[in-house]
Amino acid sequence: VVADIISTVEFNHTGELLATGDKGGRVVIFQREQEVSGEGWRVLQLSKNQVHRRGEYNVYSTFQSHEPEFDYLKSLEIEEKINKIRWLPQQNAAYFLLSTNDKTVKLWKVSERDKRPEGYNLKDEEGRLRDPATITTLRVPVLRPMDLMVEATPRRVFANAHTYHINSISVNSDYETYMSADDLRINLWNFEITNQSFNIVDIKPANMEELTEVITAAEFHPHHCNTFVYSSSKGTIRLCDMRASALCDRHTKFFEEPEDPSNRSFFSEIISSISDVKFSHSGRYIMTRDYLTVKVWDLNMENRPIETYQVHDYLRSKLCSLYENDCIFDKFECVWNGSDSVIMTGSYNNFFRMFDRNTKRDVTLEASRENSKPRAILKPRKVCVGGKRRKDEISVDSLDFSKKILHTAWHPSENIIAVAATNNLYIFQDKVN
Amino acid sequence: MSQKQEEENPAEETGEEKQDTQEKEGILPERAEEAKLKAKYPSLGQKPGGSDFLMKRLQKGVWGIISYPLSLDVLLCVDKIEGETSYFDSGDYNMAKAKMKNKQLPSAGPDKNLVTGDHIPTPQDLPQRKSSLVTSKLAGGQVE
Repeated sequence: VVADIISTVEFNHTGELLATGDKGGRVVIFQREQEVSGEGWRVLQLSKNQVHRRGEYNVYSTFQSHEPEFDYLKSLEIEEKINKIRWLPQQNAAYFLLSTNDKTVKLWKVSERDKRPEGYNLKDEEGRLRDPATITTLRVPVLRPMDLMVEATPRRVFANAHTYHINSISVNSDYETYMSADDLRINLWNFEITNQSFNIVDIKPANMEELTEVITAAEFHPHHCNTFVYSSSKGTIRLCDMRASALCDRHTKFFEEPEDPSNRSFFSEIISSISDVKFSHSGRYIMTRDYLTVKVWDLNMENRPIETYQVHDYLRSKLCSLYENDCIFDKFECVWNGSDSVIMTGSYNNFFRMFDRNTKRDVTLEASRENSKPRAILKPRKVCVGGKRRKDEISVDSLDFSKKILHTAWHPSENIIAVAATNNLYIFQDKVN
Repeated sequence: MSQKQEEENPAEETGEEKQDTQEKEGILPERAEEAKLKAKYPSLGQKPGGSDFLMKRLQKGVWGIISYPLSLDVLLCVDKIEGETSYFDSGDYNMAKAKMKNKQLPSAGPDKNLVTGDHIPTPQDLPQRKSSLVTSKLAGGQVE
Protein backbone atom coordinates (compact mmCIF):
# COMPACT_ATOMS: atom_id res chain seq x y z
CA VAL A 1 0.00 0.00 0.00
CA VAL A 2 1.53 3.25 -1.12
CA ALA A 3 0.12 5.19 1.84
CA ASP A 4 2.14 3.03 4.23
CA ILE A 5 5.48 4.15 2.86
CA ILE A 6 7.34 5.72 5.77
CA SER A 7 8.55 9.20 4.94
CA THR A 8 10.15 10.30 8.20
CA VAL A 9 11.41 8.82 11.49
CA GLU A 10 12.37 10.76 14.63
CA PHE A 11 13.15 9.98 18.27
CA ASN A 12 12.12 12.54 20.86
CA HIS A 13 14.73 14.18 23.12
CA THR A 14 14.75 11.40 25.71
CA GLY A 15 14.38 8.55 23.27
CA GLU A 16 11.27 7.40 25.06
CA LEU A 17 9.15 8.07 22.00
CA LEU A 18 9.69 7.35 18.33
CA ALA A 19 7.50 9.01 15.72
CA THR A 20 7.03 7.94 12.12
CA GLY A 21 5.22 9.79 9.37
CA ASP A 22 4.00 8.19 6.17
CA LYS A 23 2.88 8.99 2.67
CA GLY A 24 -0.76 8.79 3.72
CA GLY A 25 -0.35 11.72 6.12
CA ARG A 26 -0.49 9.57 9.25
CA VAL A 27 1.75 9.73 12.29
CA VAL A 28 2.43 6.65 14.41
CA ILE A 29 4.18 7.15 17.75
CA PHE A 30 5.91 4.29 19.55
CA GLN A 31 6.74 4.34 23.23
CA ARG A 32 9.50 2.48 24.95
CA GLU A 33 8.29 0.06 27.54
CA GLN A 34 9.57 0.60 31.01
CA GLU A 35 10.87 -2.48 32.66
CA VAL A 36 9.74 -2.63 36.25
CA SER A 37 12.11 -4.63 38.39
CA GLY A 38 11.15 -6.98 41.22
CA GLU A 39 11.14 -4.14 43.73
CA GLY A 40 7.93 -2.79 42.24
CA TRP A 41 6.96 -0.17 44.78
CA ARG A 42 10.45 1.30 45.10
CA VAL A 43 10.91 1.56 41.41
CA LEU A 44 7.72 3.55 41.01
CA GLN A 45 8.96 6.07 43.52
CA LEU A 46 11.97 7.01 41.44
CA SER A 47 11.74 9.71 38.85
CA LYS A 48 11.23 8.65 35.26
CA ASN A 49 14.85 9.09 34.27
CA GLN A 50 16.13 6.78 36.96
CA VAL A 51 13.97 3.81 36.13
CA HIS A 52 16.02 1.10 34.52
CA ARG A 53 14.74 0.76 31.01
CA ARG A 54 15.25 -2.21 28.80
CA GLY A 55 12.01 -2.19 26.99
CA GLU A 56 10.75 -2.57 23.51
CA TYR A 57 8.83 0.00 21.55
CA ASN A 58 5.08 -0.40 21.31
CA VAL A 59 2.45 1.66 19.55
CA TYR A 60 1.47 4.60 21.74
CA SER A 61 -0.64 6.79 19.52
CA THR A 62 -1.62 7.12 15.90
CA PHE A 63 -3.40 9.96 14.17
CA GLN A 64 -4.04 11.52 10.80
CA SER A 65 -1.86 14.60 10.69
CA HIS A 66 -2.43 15.88 7.18
CA GLU A 67 -5.05 15.32 4.52
CA PRO A 68 -4.64 15.74 0.78
CA GLU A 69 -5.62 19.20 -0.37
CA PHE A 70 -6.22 20.83 -3.68
CA ASP A 71 -4.56 24.08 -4.66
CA TYR A 72 -7.28 25.77 -6.66
CA LEU A 73 -5.02 28.48 -7.96
CA LYS A 74 -2.50 26.16 -9.56
CA SER A 75 -4.80 23.19 -10.09
CA LEU A 76 -2.34 20.95 -8.32
CA GLU A 77 -2.82 18.43 -5.59
CA ILE A 78 -1.03 19.03 -2.31
CA GLU A 79 0.24 15.72 -1.05
CA GLU A 80 -0.53 14.68 2.48
CA LYS A 81 2.81 12.93 2.81
CA ILE A 82 4.61 13.87 6.03
CA ASN A 83 7.99 15.24 5.02
CA LYS A 84 9.40 15.81 8.48
CA ILE A 85 8.54 15.40 12.15
CA ARG A 86 10.40 17.27 14.86
CA TRP A 87 9.76 16.92 18.57
CA LEU A 88 9.68 19.76 21.06
CA PRO A 89 11.48 19.16 24.33
CA GLN A 90 9.09 18.04 27.02
CA GLN A 91 8.03 20.81 29.37
CA ASN A 92 4.97 19.27 31.03
CA ALA A 93 3.07 16.02 31.05
CA ALA A 94 2.09 16.31 27.40
CA TYR A 95 4.28 15.69 24.35
CA PHE A 96 4.44 18.15 21.47
CA LEU A 97 5.64 17.59 17.94
CA LEU A 98 5.73 19.46 14.67
CA SER A 99 4.74 17.62 11.52
CA THR A 100 4.78 19.03 8.03
CA ASN A 101 3.73 18.16 4.52
CA ASP A 102 4.68 20.20 1.44
CA LYS A 103 2.78 23.31 2.48
CA THR A 104 1.52 23.26 6.06
CA VAL A 105 3.21 22.76 9.42
CA LYS A 106 1.13 21.57 12.36
CA LEU A 107 1.85 21.48 16.08
CA TRP A 108 0.34 18.39 17.68
CA LYS A 109 -0.19 17.78 21.37
CA VAL A 110 -0.15 14.19 22.51
CA SER A 111 -1.48 13.70 26.01
CA GLU A 112 -2.60 10.91 28.26
CA ARG A 113 -5.85 10.56 30.03
CA ASP A 114 -6.09 7.85 32.65
CA LYS A 115 -8.73 9.25 34.98
CA ARG A 116 -12.25 10.44 34.44
CA PRO A 117 -14.60 12.34 36.67
CA GLU A 118 -17.64 10.52 37.99
CA GLY A 119 -20.52 11.53 40.18
CA TYR A 120 -21.64 14.83 38.73
CA ASN A 121 -24.70 16.32 40.33
CA LEU A 122 -26.30 17.88 37.30
CA LYS A 123 -25.46 15.18 34.77
CA ASP A 124 -26.08 11.47 34.84
CA GLU A 125 -23.46 8.90 33.90
CA GLU A 126 -24.27 9.15 30.19
CA GLY A 127 -23.91 12.92 30.25
CA ARG A 128 -27.58 13.76 30.00
CA LEU A 129 -28.75 16.67 32.07
CA ARG A 130 -30.77 15.83 35.13
CA ASP A 131 -33.83 17.81 36.10
CA PRO A 132 -32.68 19.93 39.06
CA ALA A 133 -36.01 19.39 40.76
CA THR A 134 -35.21 15.67 41.14
CA ILE A 135 -31.93 16.28 42.93
CA THR A 136 -32.28 15.89 46.65
CA THR A 137 -28.73 15.31 47.77
CA LEU A 138 -25.33 16.67 46.79
CA ARG A 139 -22.25 14.60 46.15
CA VAL A 140 -18.67 15.48 45.37
CA PRO A 141 -17.51 14.24 41.94
CA VAL A 142 -14.45 12.06 42.16
CA LEU A 143 -11.75 11.11 39.67
CA ARG A 144 -11.72 7.42 38.99
CA PRO A 145 -9.07 5.55 37.01
CA MET A 146 -9.92 4.53 33.48
CA ASP A 147 -8.10 2.67 30.71
CA LEU A 148 -5.26 4.78 29.43
CA MET A 149 -6.31 6.91 26.50
CA VAL A 150 -3.75 8.75 24.42
CA GLU A 151 -5.15 11.73 22.57
CA ALA A 152 -3.56 13.74 19.82
CA THR A 153 -4.93 17.18 19.16
CA PRO A 154 -3.77 19.78 16.66
CA ARG A 155 -2.85 22.86 18.65
CA ARG A 156 -1.52 25.12 15.90
CA VAL A 157 -1.72 25.13 12.13
CA PHE A 158 0.95 27.16 10.36
CA ALA A 159 -0.33 27.51 6.82
CA ASN A 160 -0.02 29.60 3.69
CA ALA A 161 3.57 30.68 4.18
CA HIS A 162 5.28 28.60 1.52
CA THR A 163 4.96 28.94 -2.22
CA TYR A 164 7.34 26.05 -2.79
CA HIS A 165 7.58 22.68 -1.13
CA ILE A 166 8.71 22.46 2.49
CA ASN A 167 11.73 20.19 2.86
CA SER A 168 12.80 20.93 6.47
CA ILE A 169 11.60 22.09 9.83
CA SER A 170 13.83 22.74 12.81
CA VAL A 171 12.99 23.66 16.41
CA ASN A 172 15.16 26.41 17.83
CA SER A 173 17.06 25.97 21.09
CA ASP A 174 15.04 28.83 22.57
CA TYR A 175 12.00 26.55 22.38
CA GLU A 176 9.96 29.55 21.32
CA THR A 177 10.64 29.60 17.62
CA TYR A 178 11.18 27.20 14.77
CA MET A 179 11.97 27.46 11.10
CA SER A 180 10.47 25.93 7.98
CA ALA A 181 12.41 25.79 4.73
CA ASP A 182 11.21 25.28 1.18
CA ASP A 183 13.14 25.22 -2.09
CA LEU A 184 13.75 28.95 -2.15
CA ARG A 185 12.81 30.45 1.21
CA ILE A 186 13.18 29.92 4.93
CA ASN A 187 10.62 31.26 7.40
CA LEU A 188 10.93 31.79 11.14
CA TRP A 189 7.85 31.14 13.25
CA ASN A 190 6.86 31.71 16.84
CA PHE A 191 4.95 28.73 18.21
CA GLU A 192 2.20 30.99 19.51
CA ILE A 193 1.58 32.91 16.29
CA THR A 194 0.14 31.17 13.27
CA ASN A 195 -0.85 34.06 11.04
CA GLN A 196 2.61 35.57 10.67
CA SER A 197 6.13 34.40 10.06
CA PHE A 198 9.41 36.14 9.37
CA ASN A 199 11.17 35.40 6.13
CA ILE A 200 14.82 34.97 6.99
CA VAL A 201 16.25 33.56 3.78
CA ASP A 202 15.07 34.25 0.24
CA ILE A 203 17.14 33.00 -2.65
CA LYS A 204 14.53 33.46 -5.30
CA PRO A 205 16.08 35.47 -8.14
CA ALA A 206 14.15 38.40 -9.57
CA ASN A 207 14.30 36.68 -12.91
CA MET A 208 13.58 32.97 -12.59
CA GLU A 209 15.71 32.32 -15.64
CA GLU A 210 18.68 33.04 -13.40
CA LEU A 211 17.82 30.28 -10.95
CA THR A 212 20.88 28.13 -10.37
CA GLU A 213 20.35 26.44 -7.04
CA VAL A 214 17.69 25.55 -4.50
CA ILE A 215 17.64 25.01 -0.74
CA THR A 216 17.66 21.33 0.11
CA ALA A 217 17.79 21.21 3.94
CA ALA A 218 18.06 23.54 6.93
CA GLU A 219 18.69 23.20 10.65
CA PHE A 220 19.15 25.36 13.73
CA HIS A 221 22.31 25.13 15.81
CA PRO A 222 21.62 22.93 18.86
CA HIS A 223 22.74 25.58 21.39
CA HIS A 224 23.01 28.96 19.70
CA CYS A 225 19.52 30.18 18.93
CA ASN A 226 20.79 32.80 16.50
CA THR A 227 22.64 30.36 14.23
CA PHE A 228 21.37 28.04 11.53
CA VAL A 229 22.65 26.34 8.39
CA TYR A 230 21.09 25.49 5.06
CA SER A 231 22.37 23.31 2.24
CA SER A 232 21.94 23.67 -1.49
CA SER A 233 21.55 21.59 -4.63
CA LYS A 234 25.05 22.68 -5.64
CA GLY A 235 26.70 20.97 -2.68
CA THR A 236 27.31 24.05 -0.57
CA ILE A 237 26.34 24.89 3.00
CA ARG A 238 25.70 28.36 4.34
CA LEU A 239 25.77 29.25 8.00
CA CYS A 240 23.75 32.32 8.95
CA ASP A 241 23.60 34.45 12.06
CA MET A 242 20.21 36.08 12.67
CA ARG A 243 21.84 38.84 14.71
CA ALA A 244 23.59 40.15 11.62
CA SER A 245 20.44 41.25 9.81
CA ALA A 246 16.75 40.54 9.54
CA LEU A 247 17.12 38.89 6.16
CA CYS A 248 19.95 36.39 6.18
CA ASP A 249 20.64 36.37 2.45
CA ARG A 250 24.28 37.12 3.14
CA HIS A 251 25.82 34.18 4.86
CA THR A 252 28.22 34.35 7.76
CA LYS A 253 30.09 31.23 6.64
CA PHE A 254 30.15 29.42 3.32
CA PHE A 255 31.21 25.79 3.21
CA GLU A 256 32.25 24.34 -0.11
CA GLU A 257 34.74 21.70 -1.11
CA PRO A 258 36.73 22.72 -4.18
CA GLU A 259 36.19 20.43 -7.14
CA ASP A 260 38.89 19.28 -9.47
CA PRO A 261 37.65 20.63 -12.82
CA SER A 262 39.08 17.66 -14.68
CA ASN A 263 36.76 15.40 -12.68
CA ARG A 264 33.70 17.22 -13.87
CA SER A 265 31.00 15.28 -15.73
CA PHE A 266 27.36 15.62 -16.61
CA PHE A 267 26.51 14.08 -13.26
CA SER A 268 28.79 16.18 -11.08
CA GLU A 269 26.28 18.74 -9.96
CA ILE A 270 23.48 16.24 -9.48
CA ILE A 271 25.50 13.95 -7.24
CA SER A 272 26.90 16.87 -5.29
CA SER A 273 23.42 18.04 -4.31
CA ILE A 274 23.15 17.79 -0.53
CA SER A 275 20.10 15.83 0.59
CA ASP A 276 20.50 16.29 4.33
CA VAL A 277 22.45 18.44 6.79
CA LYS A 278 22.71 17.77 10.53
CA PHE A 279 24.53 19.51 13.34
CA SER A 280 26.45 17.27 15.71
CA HIS A 281 25.08 17.16 19.26
CA SER A 282 28.10 19.15 20.35
CA GLY A 283 27.33 21.87 17.84
CA ARG A 284 30.94 21.85 16.61
CA TYR A 285 30.41 19.93 13.40
CA ILE A 286 27.90 19.56 10.61
CA MET A 287 27.36 16.44 8.58
CA THR A 288 26.12 16.51 5.00
CA ARG A 289 24.87 13.73 2.75
CA ASP A 290 25.19 13.88 -1.00
CA TYR A 291 24.44 11.07 -3.40
CA LEU A 292 27.61 9.05 -2.89
CA THR A 293 29.21 10.32 0.32
CA VAL A 294 28.73 11.58 3.85
CA LYS A 295 30.94 14.47 4.88
CA VAL A 296 31.76 15.93 8.26
CA TRP A 297 32.65 19.61 8.38
CA ASP A 298 34.23 21.57 11.20
CA LEU A 299 32.36 24.87 11.64
CA ASN A 300 35.73 26.57 11.89
CA MET A 301 36.91 25.40 8.48
CA GLU A 302 34.94 26.40 5.43
CA ASN A 303 37.17 25.34 2.59
CA ARG A 304 36.74 21.58 2.87
CA PRO A 305 35.25 18.85 5.04
CA ILE A 306 37.42 17.23 7.70
CA GLU A 307 36.10 13.76 6.93
CA THR A 308 34.58 12.13 3.85
CA TYR A 309 33.01 8.68 3.94
CA GLN A 310 32.11 6.72 0.82
CA VAL A 311 28.65 5.27 1.17
CA HIS A 312 28.36 3.32 -2.08
CA ASP A 313 31.09 4.49 -4.41
CA TYR A 314 30.50 1.46 -6.66
CA LEU A 315 27.47 3.34 -8.00
CA ARG A 316 29.78 5.64 -9.94
CA SER A 317 29.81 3.15 -12.77
CA LYS A 318 26.02 2.95 -12.70
CA LEU A 319 25.21 6.63 -12.93
CA CYS A 320 23.70 6.38 -16.38
CA SER A 321 21.02 3.90 -15.39
CA LEU A 322 20.52 5.57 -12.03
CA TYR A 323 19.80 8.77 -13.90
CA GLU A 324 17.35 7.03 -16.19
CA ASN A 325 15.39 5.47 -13.34
CA ASP A 326 15.58 8.68 -11.29
CA CYS A 327 17.38 7.00 -8.40
CA ILE A 328 20.14 9.56 -8.74
CA PHE A 329 17.68 12.05 -7.27
CA ASP A 330 16.94 9.99 -4.14
CA LYS A 331 17.30 12.02 -0.96
CA PHE A 332 19.09 10.08 1.72
CA GLU A 333 19.22 11.34 5.29
CA CYS A 334 22.09 10.98 7.74
CA VAL A 335 22.25 10.86 11.54
CA TRP A 336 24.74 11.18 14.40
CA ASN A 337 24.76 8.89 17.40
CA GLY A 338 24.39 10.47 20.82
CA SER A 339 28.11 10.97 21.40
CA ASP A 340 28.85 12.10 17.81
CA SER A 341 31.30 9.24 17.42
CA VAL A 342 29.34 7.22 14.86
CA ILE A 343 27.36 8.37 11.83
CA MET A 344 24.77 6.41 9.91
CA THR A 345 23.07 6.68 6.56
CA GLY A 346 21.03 4.50 4.22
CA SER A 347 21.71 2.97 0.83
CA TYR A 348 20.00 0.60 -1.63
CA ASN A 349 18.99 -3.03 -1.31
CA ASN A 350 17.77 -2.18 2.21
CA PHE A 351 21.38 -1.66 3.23
CA PHE A 352 22.43 0.99 5.69
CA ARG A 353 25.94 2.03 6.64
CA MET A 354 27.59 3.09 9.88
CA PHE A 355 30.94 4.85 10.12
CA ASP A 356 32.90 5.06 13.34
CA ARG A 357 34.72 8.37 13.25
CA ASN A 358 37.30 7.34 15.83
CA THR A 359 38.29 3.86 14.72
CA LYS A 360 37.61 4.59 11.05
CA ARG A 361 35.82 1.30 10.78
CA ASP A 362 32.58 1.00 8.89
CA VAL A 363 29.90 -1.61 8.52
CA THR A 364 27.09 -2.36 6.10
CA LEU A 365 23.94 -3.92 7.53
CA GLU A 366 20.67 -4.98 5.98
CA ALA A 367 17.14 -4.31 7.17
CA SER A 368 15.01 -7.13 5.90
CA ARG A 369 12.71 -9.74 7.36
CA GLU A 370 14.37 -12.61 5.53
CA ASN A 371 17.76 -11.92 7.00
CA SER A 372 16.93 -10.99 10.56
CA LYS A 373 14.77 -12.84 13.00
CA PRO A 374 13.86 -10.88 16.12
CA ARG A 375 16.73 -10.93 18.65
CA ALA A 376 19.19 -12.16 16.03
CA ILE A 377 22.51 -10.42 15.51
CA LEU A 378 22.75 -8.56 12.22
CA LYS A 379 25.36 -9.93 9.92
CA PRO A 380 27.59 -7.43 8.14
CA ARG A 381 27.00 -7.30 4.38
CA LYS A 382 29.42 -6.67 1.59
CA VAL A 383 28.98 -5.48 -1.95
CA CYS A 384 31.35 -7.02 -4.42
CA VAL A 385 32.74 -4.65 -7.00
CA GLY A 386 35.18 -6.69 -9.00
CA GLY A 387 34.79 -9.93 -10.85
CA LYS A 388 35.34 -12.48 -8.08
CA ARG A 389 32.32 -12.59 -5.84
CA ARG A 390 32.77 -14.32 -2.52
CA LYS A 391 30.02 -16.49 -1.10
CA ASP A 392 28.25 -13.95 1.13
CA GLU A 393 28.80 -10.96 -1.09
CA ILE A 394 26.27 -9.39 -3.37
CA SER A 395 27.24 -7.98 -6.73
CA VAL A 396 26.44 -4.43 -7.74
CA ASP A 397 24.20 -5.64 -10.54
CA SER A 398 22.06 -7.64 -8.14
CA LEU A 399 21.25 -4.68 -5.91
CA ASP A 400 17.58 -3.85 -5.67
CA PHE A 401 17.29 -0.10 -6.25
CA SER A 402 13.64 -0.03 -5.33
CA LYS A 403 14.58 -0.99 -1.76
CA LYS A 404 16.08 2.22 -0.50
CA ILE A 405 16.66 3.31 3.06
CA LEU A 406 16.21 7.07 3.05
CA HIS A 407 15.16 7.64 6.67
CA THR A 408 16.93 6.51 9.81
CA ALA A 409 17.09 7.75 13.40
CA TRP A 410 19.43 7.19 16.34
CA HIS A 411 18.35 7.23 19.98
CA PRO A 412 19.75 10.35 21.69
CA SER A 413 21.76 8.47 24.31
CA GLU A 414 21.64 4.74 23.68
CA ASN A 415 22.65 2.49 20.83
CA ILE A 416 19.16 2.01 19.51
CA ILE A 417 18.41 2.84 15.90
CA ALA A 418 15.23 3.05 13.87
CA VAL A 419 15.43 2.23 10.17
CA ALA A 420 12.61 2.78 7.70
CA ALA A 421 12.69 0.37 4.78
CA THR A 422 9.88 1.51 2.45
CA ASN A 423 6.83 0.54 4.49
CA ASN A 424 8.54 -1.40 7.25
CA LEU A 425 10.05 -0.03 10.42
CA TYR A 426 12.99 -1.79 12.03
CA ILE A 427 14.32 -1.01 15.48
CA PHE A 428 17.74 -2.40 16.28
CA GLN A 429 19.51 -2.36 19.59
CA ASP A 430 23.18 -2.84 20.29
CA LYS A 431 23.49 -5.57 22.89
CA VAL A 432 27.24 -5.28 23.38
CA ASN A 433 27.03 -4.36 27.04
CA MET B 1 43.06 16.16 7.62
CA SER B 2 42.66 12.46 7.38
CA GLN B 3 40.31 11.11 4.79
CA LYS B 4 38.48 7.90 5.46
CA GLN B 5 39.98 4.87 3.78
CA GLU B 6 38.10 1.62 3.71
CA GLU B 7 40.35 -1.31 4.38
CA GLU B 8 38.93 -3.70 1.87
CA ASN B 9 38.27 -1.39 -1.02
CA PRO B 10 41.35 0.37 -2.37
CA ALA B 11 39.17 2.48 -4.65
CA GLU B 12 38.24 4.75 -1.72
CA GLU B 13 40.64 7.58 -2.37
CA THR B 14 40.66 11.34 -2.45
CA GLY B 15 39.66 13.12 -5.59
CA GLU B 16 43.21 13.64 -6.81
CA GLU B 17 44.38 10.11 -6.10
CA LYS B 18 41.30 8.70 -7.75
CA GLN B 19 41.97 10.71 -10.85
CA ASP B 20 45.50 9.37 -11.01
CA THR B 21 44.18 5.83 -10.76
CA GLN B 22 41.60 6.52 -13.40
CA GLU B 23 44.15 8.06 -15.69
CA LYS B 24 46.03 4.83 -15.44
CA GLU B 25 42.82 2.99 -16.26
CA GLY B 26 42.01 5.46 -19.00
CA ILE B 27 38.76 7.13 -18.05
CA LEU B 28 36.69 8.30 -15.08
CA PRO B 29 33.69 6.02 -14.43
CA GLU B 30 31.37 9.06 -14.51
CA ARG B 31 32.70 10.05 -17.90
CA ALA B 32 32.05 6.59 -19.23
CA GLU B 33 28.54 6.80 -17.84
CA GLU B 34 28.10 10.25 -19.34
CA ALA B 35 29.12 8.92 -22.73
CA LYS B 36 26.61 6.11 -22.38
CA LEU B 37 23.86 8.58 -21.56
CA LYS B 38 24.69 10.90 -24.45
CA ALA B 39 24.77 7.95 -26.82
CA LYS B 40 21.26 6.99 -25.78
CA TYR B 41 19.85 10.49 -25.74
CA PRO B 42 21.69 12.75 -28.19
CA SER B 43 19.34 15.69 -27.56
CA LEU B 44 20.37 15.88 -23.91
CA GLY B 45 21.43 19.35 -22.82
CA GLN B 46 24.97 19.97 -21.72
CA LYS B 47 24.22 21.24 -18.26
CA PRO B 48 21.51 19.59 -16.19
CA GLY B 49 21.51 22.26 -13.53
CA GLY B 50 19.95 24.97 -15.65
CA SER B 51 17.06 27.17 -14.61
CA ASP B 52 14.49 25.28 -16.69
CA PHE B 53 15.43 22.07 -14.93
CA LEU B 54 15.22 23.66 -11.51
CA MET B 55 11.98 25.48 -12.28
CA LYS B 56 10.30 22.24 -13.25
CA ARG B 57 11.56 20.78 -10.03
CA LEU B 58 9.99 23.66 -8.11
CA GLN B 59 6.61 23.08 -9.69
CA LYS B 60 6.60 19.42 -8.85
CA GLY B 61 8.74 19.69 -5.79
CA VAL B 62 10.42 16.37 -6.27
CA TRP B 63 13.47 15.66 -8.38
CA GLY B 64 12.08 12.37 -9.53
CA ILE B 65 8.99 13.81 -11.13
CA ILE B 66 10.85 15.42 -13.99
CA SER B 67 11.25 12.99 -16.79
CA TYR B 68 14.39 13.27 -18.83
CA PRO B 69 15.79 13.16 -21.37
CA LEU B 70 13.96 15.79 -23.22
CA SER B 71 15.31 18.90 -24.78
CA LEU B 72 15.33 21.67 -22.23
CA ASP B 73 13.36 23.91 -24.56
CA VAL B 74 10.30 21.70 -24.50
CA LEU B 75 8.14 22.27 -21.43
CA LEU B 76 6.76 18.79 -21.17
CA CYS B 77 6.31 17.07 -17.85
CA VAL B 78 5.71 13.36 -17.87
CA ASP B 79 3.86 11.69 -15.04
CA LYS B 80 5.70 9.35 -12.77
CA ILE B 81 4.10 6.38 -11.03
CA GLU B 82 3.73 8.19 -7.73
CA GLY B 83 3.97 11.58 -9.26
CA GLU B 84 1.88 14.70 -9.11
CA THR B 85 -0.27 15.31 -12.13
CA SER B 86 -1.45 18.64 -13.37
CA TYR B 87 -5.20 19.12 -13.35
CA PHE B 88 -7.23 21.49 -15.42
CA ASP B 89 -9.39 22.52 -12.48
CA SER B 90 -10.93 21.16 -9.31
CA GLY B 91 -13.59 19.24 -11.23
CA ASP B 92 -10.90 17.48 -13.20
CA TYR B 93 -9.16 16.69 -9.91
CA ASN B 94 -12.27 15.19 -8.41
CA MET B 95 -12.95 13.09 -11.46
CA ALA B 96 -9.42 11.76 -11.43
CA LYS B 97 -9.84 10.93 -7.74
CA ALA B 98 -13.01 9.09 -8.58
CA LYS B 99 -11.22 7.05 -11.21
CA MET B 100 -8.50 6.16 -8.72
CA LYS B 101 -11.08 5.09 -6.20
CA ASN B 102 -12.71 3.01 -8.90
CA LYS B 103 -9.47 1.11 -9.39
CA GLN B 104 -8.69 0.68 -5.72
CA LEU B 105 -12.12 -0.51 -4.66
CA PRO B 106 -13.36 -2.87 -7.33
CA SER B 107 -16.01 -4.17 -4.98
CA ALA B 108 -17.69 -0.78 -4.81
CA GLY B 109 -20.60 -2.03 -6.90
CA PRO B 110 -22.76 -0.37 -9.52
CA ASP B 111 -24.86 1.45 -6.94
CA LYS B 112 -21.88 3.68 -6.03
CA ASN B 113 -22.60 5.73 -9.14
CA LEU B 114 -18.99 6.87 -9.52
CA VAL B 115 -18.28 9.61 -12.00
CA THR B 116 -16.56 8.72 -15.22
CA GLY B 117 -14.88 10.95 -17.73
CA ASP B 118 -17.91 11.20 -20.01
CA HIS B 119 -20.37 12.19 -17.36
CA ILE B 120 -20.95 15.80 -16.38
CA PRO B 121 -20.73 15.71 -12.58
CA THR B 122 -23.39 17.03 -10.25
CA PRO B 123 -22.70 17.80 -6.60
CA GLN B 124 -24.35 14.52 -5.56
CA ASP B 125 -22.13 12.55 -7.89
CA LEU B 126 -18.82 13.87 -6.67
CA PRO B 127 -17.09 11.34 -4.44
CA GLN B 128 -16.17 12.24 -0.92
CA ARG B 129 -12.61 12.86 0.11
CA LYS B 130 -10.91 9.65 1.06
CA SER B 131 -11.50 8.39 4.55
CA SER B 132 -8.93 9.31 7.14
CA LEU B 133 -9.84 6.34 9.31
CA VAL B 134 -7.67 3.85 7.46
CA THR B 135 -5.08 2.85 10.01
CA SER B 136 -1.43 2.69 9.17
CA LYS B 137 -0.11 -0.84 9.24
CA LEU B 138 2.55 0.31 11.69
CA ALA B 139 -0.20 0.94 14.20
CA GLY B 140 -0.90 -2.78 14.13
CA GLY B 141 2.32 -3.21 16.04
CA GLN B 142 4.57 -4.44 13.25
CA VAL B 143 7.80 -3.55 14.96
CA GLU B 144 10.84 -5.76 14.64
